[in-house]
Formats: sequence, structure tokens, C-alpha cells
Amino acid sequence: MSTVVESHDHGHHGPAKGLSRWLFTTNHKDIGTLYLWFSFIMLFIGGAMAMVIRAELFQPGLQIVQPEFFNQMTTNHGLIMVFGVIMPAFVGLANWMLPMQIGAPDMALPRLNNLSFWLLPMAFGILISTLFMPEGGPNFGWTFYAPLSTTYAPSTVNFFIFSVHIMGVSSILGSINIITTIFNMRAPGMTLMKMPLFVWSWLITAYLLIAVMPVLAGVVTMMLMDINFGTSFFNAAGGGDPVLFQHVFWFFGHPEVYIMILPAFGIVSHIIETFSRKPIFGYSSMVYAMASIAILSFVVWAHHMFTVGMPLAGELFFMYSTMLIAIPTGVKVFNWVATMFRGSITFETPMLFSIAFVALFTIGGFSGLMLAIVPADFQYHDTYFVVAHFHYVLVPGALFGIIAAAYYWLPKWTGNMYDETLGKLHFWLTFISVNVTFFPMHFVGLAGMPRRYPDYALQFADFNALISVGAFMFGLTQLLFLFIVIKTIRSGKQAKPEVWEGAGDLGLEWTLSSPPPYHSFTVQPQVK
Amino acid sequence: MAYIRKVFTGFILVLPLIFSSLIFSESSDYNMPIGVTDVSESIFGLHMLIFWICVVIGVIVFSIMFWSLWKYRKSKGAVAADFDDNFWLEIGWTVAATLVLVWMAVPSTQVMVEAYDDAEGEINILITGHQWKWHYEYLEDEVGFFSNLSTSQEQIDGEVPKGEFYLREVDEPLVIPTNTRVRFLITGNDVIHSWWVPDFAVKQDAIPGFINTAWTNVPEPGIFRGACTELCGIKHAFMPVVVRAVEREEFDAFIAEKVALAEEERMLTSKVWTKDELMARGESFYATNCAACHQANGQGIPPVFPSLVGSQITMFDSNKHIEILMEGVQGSAMAAFGESYSEVDIASVITYTRQAWSNGEKGDGVIVTPQDIVAYKNRIDL
Ligand code: HEM
Ligand SMILES: [Cu+2]
Repeated sequence: MSTVVESHDHGHHGPAKGLSRWLFTTNHKDIGTLYLWFSFIMLFIGGAMAMVIRAELFQPGLQIVQPEFFNQMTTNHGLIMVFGVIMPAFVGLANWMLPMQIGAPDMALPRLNNLSFWLLPMAFGILISTLFMPEGGPNFGWTFYAPLSTTYAPSTVNFFIFSVHIMGVSSILGSINIITTIFNMRAPGMTLMKMPLFVWSWLITAYLLIAVMPVLAGVVTMMLMDINFGTSFFNAAGGGDPVLFQHVFWFFGHPEVYIMILPAFGIVSHIIETFSRKPIFGYSSMVYAMASIAILSFVVWAHHMFTVGMPLAGELFFMYSTMLIAIPTGVKVFNWVATMFRGSITFETPMLFSIAFVALFTIGGFSGLMLAIVPADFQYHDTYFVVAHFHYVLVPGALFGIIAAAYYWLPKWTGNMYDETLGKLHFWLTFISVNVTFFPMHFVGLAGMPRRYPDYALQFADFNALISVGAFMFGLTQLLFLFIVIKTIRSGKQAKPEVWEGAGDLGLEWTLSSPPPYHSFTVQPQVK
Repeated sequence: MAYIRKVFTGFILVLPLIFSSLIFSESSDYNMPIGVTDVSESIFGLHMLIFWICVVIGVIVFSIMFWSLWKYRKSKGAVAADFDDNFWLEIGWTVAATLVLVWMAVPSTQVMVEAYDDAEGEINILITGHQWKWHYEYLEDEVGFFSNLSTSQEQIDGEVPKGEFYLREVDEPLVIPTNTRVRFLITGNDVIHSWWVPDFAVKQDAIPGFINTAWTNVPEPGIFRGACTELCGIKHAFMPVVVRAVEREEFDAFIAEKVALAEEERMLTSKVWTKDELMARGESFYATNCAACHQANGQGIPPVFPSLVGSQITMFDSNKHIEILMEGVQGSAMAAFGESYSEVDIASVITYTRQAWSNGEKGDGVIVTPQDIVAYKNRIDL
């Protein structure tokens, strides 16, 4: 009898063999793995583009690439990092962790899950292929302002539009799946206000995605019509309005920047409570803070457009609403610090990345607050000061959150501990190089260097050389990360189910074996 | 190890402070410029106020954080407490954050109102962003000119040493009078550009189909350098802004001279031009206005910028040639040059491109005169 059951188990519940395992998989862990590897590969492609940019900017003058190609590099670097690295990495983490954190066997809609992943390589295949076409790829910045991206764009912009559509479909399908899973598959007893913060952060993020991805699809469709069907949404000569583009884009774009940070808030909260050995401070205010950040993010979009010539009342409204976002953001930072206060703290690699997250993300928040001050923004806008701001929130912010998550959960995923010494080395090299790269950008920006410039005046030369050195160091260091991840997958000390001391009480994922079974919870656990 | 940690923590806490106070001192080259106008000074003050508020908050939060990390480390035997909220503390810091924001918002609003004053200026200047140069027009006197980057391509390519004002110099700066309210009306001709002079704290987008306004009042004579700050295509980094502020008398003389030049230009249109005169004028016009895209050798960068060498239009179709220069090509970077340049310039550059690169020998070699352009304009006006 028991042997029969065993072989039945094997036939249906183990992964398929070979390539078809990955192509046709409907398993949340396999799909999570696919997302994470996709994002990792994209990190190196987008990173290589950043290296081209920094090599050209190492010295004043045009040495390595011409402005035309430089613009393609800045544009594709931005697009790939936003849509190809940060977003897929968070979706990958959601796939792996949500079912395990809420006590479910898998995601609610597994086939849809497969589709939302496999759309992504298509979208980015199309996008990257444009770089090899005679007219070159998109060259109008990741914000693709019309009419530079319509009337004046290379004809490959049509591929770009198609690719953005596919990415949008992928994100929307993924979000539907996540919302459905969270609402329907929680273990008995797990009320909303008992959900782990990572689950909360993704629930809110998924709603943001569903709300704004259609807006992005709308704006690229309007572009498509302007370019190919003679409409004039954004063409002033035909009675259209180029500023309309920016309003629609940023109505998508500002919630988008929170899509890129909210899941990191969730991750960092878990890591800090684990290594402080103390429950997160102010759980419910954490949830309310994320929700209010998400709601406020719909009414601040024009802070990206303070110089387009809005009326005074408009400028003031968007200044005040943007400043308001600093309150819930500040509350989150205070809560993290209060969690560390009177804890019993150890400094494993995920904790180091999370501490750096809190410190450096806060610096990004400060520069955000400065940028919100309209009159001052007249001086900061479109300079390297803005580049510094958003890299502080996105690299030591979002990306550190992702790296911290990888170290935190890798032992759970693979059953092997990573090499702590190498992990710490990776942290310190990354921490130093990230600051050498992005901190001086504040100064060159204040001194007057505009962004998206392939060449610059002589007074900016010293800092630019320093920035480039930092950037190369940062780029190289991430190869070490790749090495550590591969090493952990192949070998390493056997990880216990709870992995981290005392983590067993912190979440359902730590009650499963390491690595966990192929179908996470076949019997739903009871949450008290 | 503990010792190293202590030193390191101290280092992390103190370094940014020392660093930033050095860099953010008023005389630093790496801070926002104070500028020369009342508005730019107010904005600088606001920037420093907000900056220091952030520094103070940062020092408080980070001190507590690093102190906790150090004090409550497990290796020292710290045992975790198990509180996880504190109602009054949470209310307290929310209220405190709100108050600090109000403290920031009040002066910000005041400076904003000051900067946004939209009254007419004594002098009104229409600034038009083109790919990739600025056009300035004095509305009261109906005279205008283009302002092009004057740094040589050899400097950019590193063939000769770079000059002091590398990429921050133009052939003809905008001239404005001191102690006068000058209003800028800013628009774009093709894509969106943005006109920025840090010393005036003026940054306004130049958007096709819109006219934005900004103003300044410069107390002292001087030369002020700025840049285009909205990505506008290949030469975005190569269209600087240079403004020369001069005393009122000098400004009036400058305008008088411009008016006289414009008159002379109108005379030139009626004069009879020889082929050589047109060629000479056309060649230099080509170098400043066309070579950026179509290249000095006329071969362009196909398919984006078509070659002019041996093309059907440059060899055999002078009417189409005139039309393209006058109207531009919709949907491409080719601007309607006829709107911004004189008949003489247009005629001479057409004549030049129809002769150069052996177009003349192989094609019909038609010479286009300023009168032909006038005739074209009259036809269109009908
Ligand atoms: C306290 C919170 C924040 C405030 C007050 C804030 C404010 C601003 C403002 C005013 C700008 C426009 C600056 C300009 O173009 O002149 C800006 C740009 C930007 N911010 Fe933030 N920000 C905050 C947090 C974030 C976060 C969390 C992210 C992403 C994770 C983010 C990502 C960006 C990006 C990507 C841009 C530049 C977009 C572009 O023009 O390419 N910001 N921020
Ligand atoms: Cu924003």
C-alpha cells in the first residue's frame, strides 16, 4: 500500500526533467527561480551598459562612444534596470515566498504564472534586439518624453512600444495571481493583520501595478498612434500637447517608483526582526504606512514636472503632497530603528545589507525631500543631483533589499548555507563602492552638471573620474555575488529548517524543511 | 575587534558631517551656486535650510541606530526585550515629523511666490530651443540671432587641448541689461529643451506649442553660463547657454547695432549676388548649421541623416531643395530653416550644397539667389 502511494507521489509531485521542467513548469518555486535568474542576467546586461556610460564619462571629451550610442545606453540601462531587474526580482521573491509565508501549497493560478514569466524574455529579447538594428535602439531616455520619442524617434520605437506592452501584460497577470493567492489561500487563522509584512508589501504593490500598468500601456499606445496613424496626442503642430505625455507618464511613473521599493520594505522588516531577535516594532503602523504611501503616490506625479510651467497653485499642491510622503516613510525608518533598539543583534550578511538599506535609503529620502521643495528643484531638476537621489533609493534601496533577501532565504531555498566570509566581503565591497559611485553625484549635480550628458565641462572632471572608479568597482563586485550564489547552490553547510536562530517563530516558511518540499504546504498549518 | 568596530562606528558617524560641511560651505564649487539675483539667493538659503534640517534629523536617527547596534549586540550578551509597540512614541514622532515639514513648507512657499511673479518685463526676450542651438529674439526691437556652441570638434575629440570654457562657450551670447526686469518667453521649435542659468536660478522647459515665462533682474555686469537640461537628442550636451549682462548704455548700443545689421541684411536681399559670393557665405553657414547632422563631407549618417552628395534633390530638383529648407521635413530632425534665417543665408547654402562635393559637375548646378527665396515666399503667401 505505502509503496503505491510513494510512486504516485513521485509521478505527480516532483519536477519534470530537463528543459521542459522550466518551459512548462507551473510550480511556484521553479517560476520564482526563473524570475530570479532572469533578473540576475539582466542585472549584468544593464550593468554592462552602465559601465559603457561610466567609461565614456571617465574624462571630458568623447573617447569611447558617440553621443547617439551613449543615449541608447542611458535609455536601455534605465529600462532594463527598472523593468528587467528590480521588478522581476521582486516577483521572483513573491513567487518563492508568498505561498510559503501564508501556508499555501502553491500560487492560486499556476498556468498564468508560467505565462507571466515567459512573456518577459520575449519583451526583453525584442527590446535588446533593437540595439542591433541599423537605426539603433531607443535613445530618448527611460522616461521617453514626446515628441523626442515620437516625431523625432528612430523607427525602432515601434519595437520598444510592443516590448513595453508585453512587460505590462506580464506585470498585470503576475499581480492578479498574487492578489488572488493572498486573498484565497492563507492558512486558517492568518487574518489580514497577522500576515507577514512581505505579504502585505506585495499585496499593496500588486494593487499599484494593476492600477498603473494600464496607464503605461495607454501612453505608449498614444505614441504608437501618433507615430503611425497620424494622430496628434503629443504633437503641438497638430493641436496636441507634449506636456500631456508627461502627465500620463508620471501618473504611471511615480507609483512605479513605489512598486520598486515597497517589497523591499517588507523584506528588510523581516530581516531586522530576525537578527535583532525581537518582533518588528509597530507592525500595524508599518502596514498603514505602506498603504498611505501607496495612496499618496497617486497624487504627487507632477513633482517630476516642476519646470514644465505649471500654475503656482499646481506647483504648491504637488510640493505639499510630496512632502507628505515623507511622514509615512519616516515612520518606517523610525520603526526599524526602534526594532533594533534593545534587541540582541548579530551581523550576518542579510542584516548588514538591511542596516545599509536603512541608512542609505534614508539619505535618498532626504534628497527626495530636498527635491520636493519646488524653488530649490528649479536648480536640482535634471542634474546629477536627481541621478544621485534615485540611485540612492534604487541601488542601496531596492537592490540591497533584493540582495539581502537572497542571502536571507538562499539557505531555505537550497538547503545550503552560503559562505559567510565571502558574503561579508561582498557586503563591504558593495557598500563602499556604492557610496563612492553615487555620493559624489550630489556634488556634481549641485555644481551644475546636467544628467544624460555624454560630455561635460572641465570643472566636473575630478568627481566624474572618481564616480567611474566607484562604478567599475561596484560592477566587478557583483561578479563575486554571482560566484557566492552558485557556490551555495552546489555546496555548503546543511541548513536547518529554521536556518536562523529563533526564526522558527517568525514565519511559516521557517517551519518547512530546507530545501522545502516541491509543493510547499500540502496540509494547511493552523495559525494562532 | 571591538576596538575596530568602535573606531569604525565613530568614523561612519563623523565622516559625512565633516565632508558635507566642507563641501556645503558657501564658497564651495561643489554646492549650489548662490547666484547673483535676489531669487537665486533666496533659493540658496532655502536649499541650505532644508539641507541642515536633514542633516540634524539624520544625525539623530543614525546616532540612535548605530548606538543601538553597538550597545545591543549579541556578542556582548545583550538579551532582547520583547516590546513591539508604544502608542505615544509613535504618535509623537509622527507629529514631530509633521511639524518639521510645516517648518520647511512655509519658507518654501514664500520663495516660490517670489520666483513665480509673472508681471511683464521691461525687456521681453523670446527664447526658442532648436536641435541643437538657442535662438534669442528681442521682442521690442524685433531683432534676433542664433547662439551656437563655439567649442571646436577637435577639442571634443581630444585632438587639441580643451579650453577653459570647454562646452560652455557660444559664438554669440544673449545680452541683457543690468538692473532691469527682463522677462524670458521660452518655447521649443522641435523637441523639448530646457533653458537653465544657475546664477539666475532660472530653469524653464522649452516646449513646442507652449510659451513658458521666467524672469530675472541682474544687479551686476558679468558673464553667466548655463546649459540645456532636457534630453533633446544627440547634441543635448552641446547647446550651452551663455548670458552677458551689461550696463544699460552698452545694451542700448548693442541693440542699435543689431537693428542696423538687420537693416543691412534686408538690403543684401535685393543686391545681385555672384556665384562665388553665395558659395563663400553658404560654406560657412553649412559648417555652423548643417554639418552637425549632414557632416562636413555632406555624406550624413544614413539612414537618420541622409547624404547630400549626389542625391536627386541636390543635383536636379532645386524647387524641392528650396521647399525642404523653407518648410523642413515633418517627422525628422530637419528643421524649417526658412522661418529663422534670412533669404540670403538660405539661398547661399542651397547654392553651396548644389555645387559642393561635385554635385555641381554631375547635376544641373542651378544657382539659387535670394530673390528666388523671396519669390518662393510670395508664392506661399498667396
Ligand atoms: C521620501 C520619499 C521621496 C521623495 C520626497 C521623492 C521626491 C522626488 C522628486 C521631487 C523627484 C523629481 C526630481 C526632479 O526630477 O527634479 C524624484 C525623482 C525620482 N525619484 Fe524620488 N522621492 C522619494 C522616494 C523615492 C523612492 C522610494 C524611489 C524609488 C525606489 C524614488 C525614485 C525616483 C526616481 C527613479 C526619480 C527620477 C525619475 C527620472 O526623472 O528619471 N524616489 N523623487
Ligand atoms: Cu516621484
